[in-house]
Amino acid sequence: MLAEQDAFEAERNARMVKAVYVYEAPLRLWHWVNALAITVLAITGYFIGKPLPSLSGDPSEQYLMGWIRFLHFAAAYVFAIGFIGRIYWAIVGNHHARQIFLLPILNRHWWSEVFYELKWYLFMVKEPKKYVGHNPLAQLMMFLFFTVGAVYMIITGFALYGEGLGVGSWADQMFGWAIAVLGGNSMQMHSMHRLGMWVTLCFVLVHVYAAIREDIMSRQSLISTMISGWRMFKD
Amino acid sequence: MIETFYDVLRRQGITRRSFLKFCSLTATSLGLGAAAAPRIAHALESKPRTPVVWLHGLECTCCTESFIRSAHPLTKDVILSMLSLDYDDTLMAAAGHQAEAILKEVKEKYKGQYILAVEGNPPLNEDGMYCFQGGRPFVEKLKEMAADCKAIIAWGSCASWGCVQAAKPNPTRATPVHKVITDKPVIKVPGCPPIPEVMTAVVTYMLSFERMPTLDRMGRPAMFYGQRIHDKCYRRPHFDAGQFAETWDDEGARKGYCLYKMGCKGPTTYNACSTVRWNEGVSFPIQSGHGCIGCSEDGFWDKGSFYSRVTDIKQFGIEANADKVGATAAAVVGAGIAAHAAVTALARARNKTGIDVKQGEQ
Repeated sequence: MLAEQDAFEAERNARMVKAVYVYEAPLRLWHWVNALAITVLAITGYFIGKPLPSLSGDPSEQYLMGWIRFLHFAAAYVFAIGFIGRIYWAIVGNHHARQIFLLPILNRHWWSEVFYELKWYLFMVKEPKKYVGHNPLAQLMMFLFFTVGAVYMIITGFALYGEGLGVGSWADQMFGWAIAVLGGNSMQMHSMHRLGMWVTLCFVLVHVYAAIREDIMSRQSLISTMISGWRMFKD
Repeated sequence: MIETFYDVLRRQGITRRSFLKFCSLTATSLGLGAAAAPRIAHALESKPRTPVVWLHGLECTCCTESFIRSAHPLTKDVILSMLSLDYDDTLMAAAGHQAEAILKEVKEKYKGQYILAVEGNPPLNEDGMYCFQGGRPFVEKLKEMAADCKAIIAWGSCASWGCVQAAKPNPTRATPVHKVITDKPVIKVPGCPPIPEVMTAVVTYMLSFERMPTLDRMGRPAMFYGQRIHDKCYRRPHFDAGQFAETWDDEGARKGYCLYKMGCKGPTTYNACSTVRWNEGVSFPIQSGHGCIGCSEDGFWDKGSFYSRVTDIKQFGIEANADKVGATAAAVVGAGIAAHAAVTALARARNKTGIDVKQGEQ
């Protein structure tokens, strides 16, 4: 459904300018702020679980762990508020902005396109299809690993944050239930949150690789699209 | 008629004059004014003491050992004047049929009025045969006494979560009290054992105010389990500064640095050790140089090493933690990407040089 619309849009535009305006400015800004937030979160998060080598000297003069945790929490707020903003943009933005939130799972054609893309990545077909937004496989992966993953990390993360803020704090009241769901021992929650970081790392690896590869192989712009907003078709 | 506080005080040789002085003093210290003194006296004269029945299931008696070491209030005062501990097979003088008869008597006489304190838990496998008391499974005794009680206090991690006897694979199916008795309020006082002052304070609170203390989400009294060990730990400044003991005998350990890297579970353990401490406030594990093992948390035996913060996750097999699982996954994904990129480059090179692999040749 979306793919057809995309194809139509691409065809119509390709005849004229060979470029389509896909990602609007707020979405592009969010993408890069979000990427930065994830980077900070992953690095600081890693060192919260496994701290840097011990410092000596008077503790009143140092605040290393405090700063690492502060950066983590600050980036977490940026990530979470950005995510809320992104949901807002999915509502008011163009139809590409909705892609990673709504999957046309009842659409047979969409699923066949997912498998076509899968074949393309497995070298089983020679020519890729062109899409203005995400290709269906990318859309599925973005939904599963980014959208679901972000919700998971926000819930588990703020549940842990609520432990520090204390019982009765907003984070405890809004997300504290998640710890109880996992049995009440937040040690489990720490492990699950950390596992989420590794899943995110795997997602980033695939995401960056696929973007670079498609940029070259599909003969359409991907990386520059997230900067300029325009998708260029090379043939 | 149930004995009142006044009766007990008189029995202990306290004169009525002293009693009234006590009431006046209490009213004054609470800032209630002169009019409140007779009302306090009236309450103490007429309010019956709440009987407490203390049962022992599958446990090690460490909760009782802890309880009798309470300093504030002294357990003597709690047992003798504040509560009417009618049945406790460890502390009571009666034994055998005499002891069991008391249970029946309490159940009938104080129907719906007594507090049931349970230390340990009932094992449910083999019809509860793994814990046998007075010729019947403990689970029967527990259910029978729970039927007519006002509320249940689950002493220790055993009664609250299951503790060591419920650790995997839990052959006896030791089950925490709240999963067996579902129709009565259960106050969890976890810990292995719980802090003595916390135990007596919970009992005193319930007897003095005749209501349950405010409980947190997990059913623990919020006044003692509302904060983590980490939140009030005296080594917390070292944590924030990034100063850690890296091994048990290094400079950091000697200087009393944070034990986080040694696996301290303070940041995930809700208890009052870092404020109330143990043995009349002498010390607590972290003060003695060992990290918290999280004994008051659910399933602390099964949540991986006591000496690591990034602990094992059992679902991923033996000895696998979040970092191992994650790093392995990342390595696999990375290798997959490298291989995929190589094949892509190869396919592209072939297409460019015009060598087209035909279907038949493959």
